[in-house]
Amino acid sequence: MTLYGAIVQPFIEFGFMRRALVACLALGLSCGPVGTLLVLRRMSLAGDAMAHALLPGAAVAFLLVGLSLPAMSLGAFIAALAVAALAGGVARFTAQREDASLAGFYLIALAGGVMLISLRGNSVDLMRVLFGSILAVDDAALLLVAGVASASLVVLAVVWRPLLVECFDPGFLRAVAGHGALHHQLFLVLLVANLVAGFQALGTLMAVGLLMLPAIAARCWAQSVGRLSAIACAIAAACGYGGLLLSYHFGLPSGPSIVLLAGAVYLVSLCIGTRDSLRARFFTAHRHRTA
Amino acid sequence: MTALPNRRRALIAACALPGLVAAQAPAPLKVVASFSLLADMVAQVGGDAVAVHALVGPDADAHAFTPAPADAQRLAQAGLIVVNGLGFEGWIDRLVRASGSKAPVVVASQGITVRRIGQVTDPHAWQSLVAAQRYVENIRAALVAARPAQAAAINARAATYTGQLAALDASVRSRLAALPPGERKLVTSHDAFGYLADAWGLDMRAAQGWTTAGEASAADVARLIRQLKAQKVRALFVENISDPRLVERIAREAGAAVGGTLYSDALSPPGTRADTYLKLMAHNADTLLAALMAGR
Repeated sequence: MTLYGAIVQPFIEFGFMRRALVACLALGLSCGPVGTLLVLRRMSLAGDAMAHALLPGAAVAFLLVGLSLPAMSLGAFIAALAVAALAGGVARFTAQREDASLAGFYLIALAGGVMLISLRGNSVDLMRVLFGSILAVDDAALLLVAGVASASLVVLAVVWRPLLVECFDPGFLRAVAGHGALHHQLFLVLLVANLVAGFQALGTLMAVGLLMLPAIAARCWAQSVGRLSAIACAIAAACGYGGLLLSYHFGLPSGPSIVLLAGAVYLVSLCIGTRDSLRARFFTAHRHRTA
Repeated sequence: MTALPNRRRALIAACALPGLVAAQAPAPLKVVASFSLLADMVAQVGGDAVAVHALVGPDADAHAFTPAPADAQRLAQAGLIVVNGLGFEGWIDRLVRASGSKAPVVVASQGITVRRIGQVTDPHAWQSLVAAQRYVENIRAALVAARPAQAAAINARAATYTGQLAALDASVRSRLAALPPGERKLVTSHDAFGYLADAWGLDMRAAQGWTTAGEASAADVARLIRQLKAQKVRALFVENISDPRLVERIAREAGAAVGGTLYSDALSPPGTRADTYLKLMAHNADTLLAALMAGR
């Protein structure tokens, strides 16, 4: 097999491969900065929690309307935002921390979703139907992913600076502008929108996997937020492309291939990255000692 | 039942009009059929002379059947047991023996032309309406043997039913005649429609290397699309791809139509579109024809 045949030809021959690639690239573009901000804000696990909070919304929409991408996306969006708002509200008005209240509400939502699906009967099928597959991306799903990615980039460009300030010094931002909470809410909306797009188009594992792994891996290579975001985007795009090729050539399931590739990139980065990596910790320290 | 109600019923019958006394037929023959399609055939032929129970009911999988104690009890009380044979009900012999039933066992597929997949016998013979007429004849003979007094009614119902099966078969064949043989290509992930394809001259192929379990890989999808394109397939019936969006994408990319639901081994629940054998076969024929025409 020629190199061209191995890495280009599948995308020329098959439309579903091109669609899957475009979806991965678009999702990676917005997941890079959103994931980076999540890591910086110490909310790495919030993505996972929000992902579970989508479930009852998508399930209710499916039971009411059937297999409709707009309805299921809207349902998932509303459910996740409701969980985020409730968790934020509880944290604001009581002494509870936000991560605790978020855990409480997402578990309620998750159990509610599983209950709804089980009452409907054939749980296995519905679980698959609720979430898309990267190989089955259709026009509507592609538009959703591209739209969410574009909107996310525009919104991030507008609130980038306040978001960063809030990451590092929330007190300063409150003193200067007083809109810290507003930016935080906006960021949560962005996060939910990206997760919904990822879930409906690409499947469960893909959404959180492409969001978090490239952003965490990027931490081993750069320090400035702009660079972190750019590296995370590049890793997400490369893993989307590479994972699809792995799935194509070796007959592996596509979603896990992409996410495992991102996981491998993270592990390698952890070992040989230039910052905060095992190499930076031990190799550099050793040299200092001998010097 | 105690003696008193019996005597009371006899009294009521004696008081009633003479015409109604003749309707005092013997209790219906208890028939246990192995699965829902056979049960429907028995009910059609037997009418009110039989009370049929299907061990594997509508929408249930005969391949994955696990007998319950109640099933053995039903077999023990049965006056007649009807099975498909051809190895379809691998569990039936042991179950009949375990139940201690003395009822005769009728193999409905007796005398049909058996189709083989490699070395293995294909048991899904009811998917051919021609073979089904043989099923009806076997069932009729068994019912008449068990209830000779009602032979006339049973024979009449069997003749009507056979006529309906033959009429449906003829109508499907005449509608299919509009399609040249080269345009009758379908791909299916089922192995249940061999008899149907043979009977109606359809070119039905298996979805190569398609496995049902787990998530599909890009390699699977690419292989199926290549196959559909290379064989110029008209319609795709792949129901065990549980994501309908994926089926839609594959079909669109290969220029084929997505077929609807084909019923293979079980009737749909009562009151739905394929709740009798005749309706099931009509539905399968309509679905196949619609998909083949849409792919033109």
